[in-house]
Amino acid sequence: MADAATLAPEQPPELRHHFANLEAQKEDSSLGMWIFLATEVLFFGGMFTAYTVYRSSYRAAFEGASNLLDIRLGALNTGVLILSSLTMALAVRAASQGKKKWIVLFLVATIVLGGVFLGVKVVEYKEKFDRHEVPGPHFVVPMNEETHQPLPRQSEMFFSLYFCMTGLHALHMVIGIGLLTWLIVKATKGAFTARYNSPVEMVGLYWHFVDIVWIFLFPLLYLLGRHTL
Amino acid sequence: MSGDGSHGHPTLGAYLGVFATLMVLTALTVWAAFQHLGVWNTPVALAIAVTKALLVALIFMHLRYSPKLTAFVVTASVLWLAFLILITISDYVSRAWLPIYPR
Repeated sequence: MADAATLAPEQPPELRHHFANLEAQKEDSSLGMWIFLATEVLFFGGMFTAYTVYRSSYRAAFEGASNLLDIRLGALNTGVLILSSLTMALAVRAASQGKKKWIVLFLVATIVLGGVFLGVKVVEYKEKFDRHEVPGPHFVVPMNEETHQPLPRQSEMFFSLYFCMTGLHALHMVIGIGLLTWLIVKATKGAFTARYNSPVEMVGLYWHFVDIVWIFLFPLLYLLGRHTL
Repeated sequence: MSGDGSHGHPTLGAYLGVFATLMVLTALTVWAAFQHLGVWNTPVALAIAVTKALLVALIFMHLRYSPKLTAFVVTASVLWLAFLILITISDYVSRAWLPIYPR
């Protein structure tokens, strides 16, 4: 214990005892987060696989159903999410410089943009419920607006995948907003400095990952049939 | 775990540049979706999405400035995703009674 007592003054409070130094602690946190994100790739990957199989099976149904999504709202949300990734990246940058005021400001901006994204999603979901395009007992096979013929029955499959994929994505956004709120509380108390800011960086990695998922969801769900119009 | 080139971070200009590029690529993918490219519509959309994802990962997520071990984890995740999709598809397309069977 005499050793610990002599070491104590050099040991920063944020350094866990099993790490040699803050640099090693930071690298291991980062690696752990990336491994978690690798499992998330496969979590979403199952849905992307199902999408690939059914879209290849029922091409016309998928293209017709996709064209019923609002491309303007989808594109708007893509822009909003990319902007939120920028503010998140700037929050991480402010954290690495230990600028408390800017960390809080950029984190709040990220939450607001995340909220806008979810708000637009609510508008889109509500329209789908109103038009009976939600899979289940109340689903009505939609009409092709050009030909006034009903779409193939498997358009319901498209909407099942649409709701599962965007729903799982939205759940990740909600969790992200929760994590951002926690960061803001900690940042306000001055928990993050130029020496120690791993939580901001790790939530940043998570937020950017969720952005990347949407970068693939947008063309695959909203844009696949537009060339047939 | 020693970092190879784990030091240095993107400048403010790099972040803003990546943001602007991502916005331009979003506009490009919307425009491309309305063009009649035949079988190429989906490959073009995916190529643009992969480019955007790489920009986010390399700059926003600092992958470019991270240890090689991190890049290894990312490569492994993409590889497993490829296994998942390719092996599943190869199973489906080889069954003549399924609609996905090439005719």
